[in-house]
Amino acid sequence: MNRGHLIAGLALLAGTTAQAQSIMLLNVSYDPTRELYTQYNKAFGAHWEKTTGQKITFQQSHGGSGGQARAVIDGLEADVVTLALAYDVDAIAAKGLIATDWINRLPQNSAPYTSTILFLVRKGNPKKVKDWDDLVRKDVKVITPNPKTSGGARWNYLAAWAYGLKKFNGDEAKTAAFVGDILKNVPVLDSGARGSTMTFAERGIGDVLLAWENEAFLAFDEFGKDKFEIVAPSLSILAEPNVAVVDKNVDKKGSRKVAEEYLKYLYSDEAQDIIGKNHYRPRDPKAAAKYKASFANVTLITIDDVFGGWQKAQKIHFAEGGTFDKIYKPGN
Amino acid sequence: MIPGFGLALGITFAWLGIIVLIPLGSLFIKAATLSWADYVHTITSPRVLASLRLSFGASLLAAMVNMVFGSIVAWVLVRYSFPGRRLVDALIDIPFALPTAVAGIALTALFAPNGWIGEQLAKLDIQVAYTPTGIVIALIFIGLPFVVRTVQPVLIDLDAEIEEASATLGATRLQTIVRVIIPALLPALLTGFALAFARASGEYGSVIFIAGNLPMVSEIAPLLIVTRLQEFAYAEATAIATIMLIISFVLLLAINLLQRWAEKRGQK
Repeated sequence: MNRGHLIAGLALLAGTTAQAQSIMLLNVSYDPTRELYTQYNKAFGAHWEKTTGQKITFQQSHGGSGGQARAVIDGLEADVVTLALAYDVDAIAAKGLIATDWINRLPQNSAPYTSTILFLVRKGNPKKVKDWDDLVRKDVKVITPNPKTSGGARWNYLAAWAYGLKKFNGDEAKTAAFVGDILKNVPVLDSGARGSTMTFAERGIGDVLLAWENEAFLAFDEFGKDKFEIVAPSLSILAEPNVAVVDKNVDKKGSRKVAEEYLKYLYSDEAQDIIGKNHYRPRDPKAAAKYKASFANVTLITIDDVFGGWQKAQKIHFAEGGTFDKIYKPGN
Repeated sequence: MIPGFGLALGITFAWLGIIVLIPLGSLFIKAATLSWADYVHTITSPRVLASLRLSFGASLLAAMVNMVFGSIVAWVLVRYSFPGRRLVDALIDIPFALPTAVAGIALTALFAPNGWIGEQLAKLDIQVAYTPTGIVIALIFIGLPFVVRTVQPVLIDLDAEIEEASATLGATRLQTIVRVIIPALLPALLTGFALAFARASGEYGSVIFIAGNLPMVSEIAPLLIVTRLQEFAYAEATAIATIMLIISFVLLLAINLLQRWAEKRGQK
């Protein structure tokens, strides 16, 4: 959080000294998008300079999605937010910083890329983990971040829940017990997705990492393909990380035009290709076809179909006293 | 009255007001936005109680370990001369200067089951990282300098001749330590203990990496506060913070009184 404020401070400082030709753009994002936006910023910077002649200085801030949303609410002057889930953008909108109809301002629910949740296991899959059922086994240790602080963990939790509902024909009590049993196999709850990846990959804790698809591939790139394997469960969830312009901030800073174009350009051919290259699922059919082979073939359910949207899912599962809290009640 | 009293007192109150009282006061005002029933409900939920027990329990344990081993370290640094003593002396302050997150990550890397120390402990079936034991280890690390640095100057002032006198009067070594040295050191020991304890109970950065952060098991109270903040529940977060403050204040006051008593006893 301090880092976020620092960046905002630096941005402000640099903004007052920079020439009119150069603009500052602060993108406040969630944990695993560092690599994606570093590459995208380069592409968008070139595109913007070519069309307008202006140079952009980009600032990126990354952290657990909920914490990032709170930083923006508390005054981090983000031009755009690119968060892990709609609920966190809604939280900012609820404070009047973003128009409440933000989700309809850009195509496909303002989510220019999608992702899903997969299993990352150790090479050779020594515990023979194939599907969600294996995660409740007593001999399997599962790594996932805390859904209270991590957007990715909320997707993990809901994917497990959706599988439970299907397995038990919609029986909520049995599903709750099933998800509870999975969480009882979790030895470390990190606060963000990147922390969990480190715990699993660097510290050697756990047999399965519930991970963003792109984060699982990143672990491949970082630590070598000879260490891990990706396992695709029979069912997972379609994650739509959303993007939005922070209206109040861009109007104050006069950066609305560039901020809007920054998000719109995410849907361009060039950006969709970068998205696919970074293991996010592109929306554009052309790019999707190009990178098809690199994505797991999983049946995906959506949050709207199974959970009736984020507001409802948040209230039932992750709010104070929700299903997640009940799992950690003593005697459970 | 000594001249300058009014001015000095004025500056003291103004300064304390700006630096300490106003921030703490705003904490209580924010917590007061909860109704009394909600406040009680928040601070008595099993998860909050478990985290408070863990935070204060681990802090007390770590401060006690530091009091024993910190005073031995101070003793060795003051009373013995050996090659590299200045280097060891400088090392003591490292936990003061090191960013706590760095300390946390380093300790975790060491004590994780695939780390240097963790690997050996795993053979004995002992797990340190991601358990409450790991929390105590981190708190011992950050608390050590507080005890050493408060005991050291008192030891320097304590003449070795007093021990010699005690010996010539027929006291055994144990009697000299228990009846002569410890009473003289007690006020400083208690100060060091209080500082180490206070620092540990609020510690966040180094602990979250090594703790495992499981609710009811290894979730410290400061983490629960941060978690509540991320859920946009500001008032609940400040409610937990106020109860931490109150407990800390009561405990520190008790240690202060104990110290006063020890000082009086030492003067007799």
